[in-house]
Amino acid sequence: MKRKFLALCAATAALMVGATAAQSATTLETVKARGKLICGVSLSTPGFAAADDKGRMQGFDADICRAIAAAVFGDADKVDFVLTNINTRFQALQSGEIDVLSRQTTATFSREASLGIDFGPTVFYDGQGLLVPKSLGVASAKELTDAAICTLPGTTTSQNLTDFFRTVGGKFELVVLESPDENRAAFYSGRCEAISSDRSDLASIRAVANNPDDYVLLPETISKEPLAPAVRQNDSNWRDIVSWSVYMLMAAEEKGITQANVDEMAKREDPEIQRMLGGADELGKMLGLDSKWGYNIIKGVGNYAEVFDRNLGEKTKLGMTRGPNTQWNAGGLLYAPPVR
Amino acid sequence: MLFLNDARFRAVFYQFLAISLVLLAASAMYATASANLAKQDIATGFDFLSRQAGIAISESSIAYGPTDTVARAILVGLINTIKVSLLAALFGTFIGVLVGIGRMSTNPLLSRLMLAYVELLRNVPLLLYLFLWYFLIILVFPPVRQAIQLFPGFFLSNSGLAMPAVEWQSGFGLTFAALAFGVVAALVVRAVSQRRRIQSGKANAGWIFALVLLVLPVLAVWASGAISLSWSAPEAGRFRLTGGLQIRPEFVALLIGLMLNLSASVAEIVRAGIQAVSKGQWEAAQALGLPRSRTLRLVVLPQALRVIIPPLTNTYLTVFKNSSLAIAIGYPDLVMVSNTIMNQTGQAMETIAIFMGIYLGLSVAISLFMNWYNARVALKAR
Repeated sequence: MKRKFLALCAATAALMVGATAAQSATTLETVKARGKLICGVSLSTPGFAAADDKGRMQGFDADICRAIAAAVFGDADKVDFVLTNINTRFQALQSGEIDVLSRQTTATFSREASLGIDFGPTVFYDGQGLLVPKSLGVASAKELTDAAICTLPGTTTSQNLTDFFRTVGGKFELVVLESPDENRAAFYSGRCEAISSDRSDLASIRAVANNPDDYVLLPETISKEPLAPAVRQNDSNWRDIVSWSVYMLMAAEEKGITQANVDEMAKREDPEIQRMLGGADELGKMLGLDSKWGYNIIKGVGNYAEVFDRNLGEKTKLGMTRGPNTQWNAGGLLYAPPVR
Repeated sequence: MLFLNDARFRAVFYQFLAISLVLLAASAMYATASANLAKQDIATGFDFLSRQAGIAISESSIAYGPTDTVARAILVGLINTIKVSLLAALFGTFIGVLVGIGRMSTNPLLSRLMLAYVELLRNVPLLLYLFLWYFLIILVFPPVRQAIQLFPGFFLSNSGLAMPAVEWQSGFGLTFAALAFGVVAALVVRAVSQRRRIQSGKANAGWIFALVLLVLPVLAVWASGAISLSWSAPEAGRFRLTGGLQIRPEFVALLIGLMLNLSASVAEIVRAGIQAVSKGQWEAAQALGLPRSRTLRLVVLPQALRVIIPPLTNTYLTVFKNSSLAIAIGYPDLVMVSNTIMNQTGQAMETIAIFMGIYLGLSVAISLFMNWYNARVALKAR
């Protein structure tokens, strides 16, 4: 009896020491040793991350994960997707349960400063909007004083609404529901006059309505929502890998390299393309990756435009236009630093 | 090991050892957690409580706005939790007692019906019922612009029930004090008159005095003109009804869910308690000529109460803790407000520690109160 008790004490002590020691390996080493990338994505948000009828995770955020996996392993399918709850997403990242959080997450000052995480480059420039039924006859968000507005909990969304109505000088009733499905049901049934979220998300909500034409997106964008992947702080190498995997997608679009023509492009003389695809210079080695990392990303998921069009573009159910998410030389905000 | 052979020393020594080990483990965990948080550059400490909350809470019993502090936002959540648990416990117990008695009825239709009620409520998880009630409310009732008018001024819709309300301009504190005084005075008179009745064996008019004492102070305050009230009725705004008293569907769904769930447990506890009273008591009361209803009220229930109170305490604790399921249907209780705060400040450990501490404290308070009540009704050896 006594011996058992002592053993228990020893085990407890060992557990606590172990908890401190586990953090020392770098993320890249951990991922390589595991043979898979673990990526945190949204719960059923069509267009960003949702399983298709064959159970394969589809979506813009999921493809960002695949691009990182392709950079690390040369195989875009070496990813395990973990569905993260909106309230525990940062904890999942902090605790090491996931390697990267690619989950429609807005980069903000206080998140970066106090959560022990770093954001990568913005993959999607979004803004918070409001969706209302057409029958309300509302033309502007400013008219929505005294209305009830549905949102998801614990996000910047409710804070932005509070700020917005404080500047407009009106009140509103906030209805906060935990699950996205419940939120939609409350909105469609008229429990709230409007539903507020990122415009990309609203496009997805509108797309799944019985009759999408009954709903209109109000013109106001009440906040800036730069959506970016996040990694744990203090691992520059891993952050670089995530950042440059995203930049590679953008740079590939700029250079006209696509999933289909990447083999052909690799033969071109263009020195920048050579550097990107690993023909000249062994840039990948500097990050601890294969020299063909760029080639592998594009071969695996295509360039930014292909990822966007496949998941969110006008031919999909979401029918989103590129908006600010176009290349810098076409008046957009996508600007990848030079690969050299 | 001479000391260890001493039973008195051993008793103290092992307890001391156990407590020190627990404390040691707790402090080691605390140290590890703080060291790890510091290493990951995650902010720690309770400074965030005095920061501006910046969130809107749609249901609040005290004055609250987004510019108030985080601590006040947590307080709003706490009051919401207490409000819904208290009402659920009150109504749930009332329904539960009736169902429990109905369950033992000699009328087969009634007793079977009550059996079905209890089993249906007890055997499905509360969370699913909460979803059911909430979706029933928001899908069955019309949107607020087509609200059903029950009576003039009473509107029912999927945004809840809006009804006229009285607003206090002044004199609220005075009225409350008068009411409290009235209640205390009435209780004292009642106790005195009851003692006299037992001593003399004759009925007296004490209850009339008690009633007069209960009402008189409030009437006096009112007559003195210190109270001014204003009437606020719901009015159709552009989107919804404004003004008056608004009971939101999230609150109602949670209240119904908790209340019915509790009533099923209470029904079974009451039934068990009544059946624990021996049959001889019933027969003795019958022999004295007491009708069935009075037998139940005067003979059986007081004895059953002794069996009922301890499991009832558990049930009340459960309803209090279950109120945290509010987060599923959007009622801003303690957990939901804390979760939002956790998400915005990133200080998960502290926030969770706060709400766990509050739940622990209040649960202990509930059980202390119930233990006191249990000791009061317990069989006293005379």
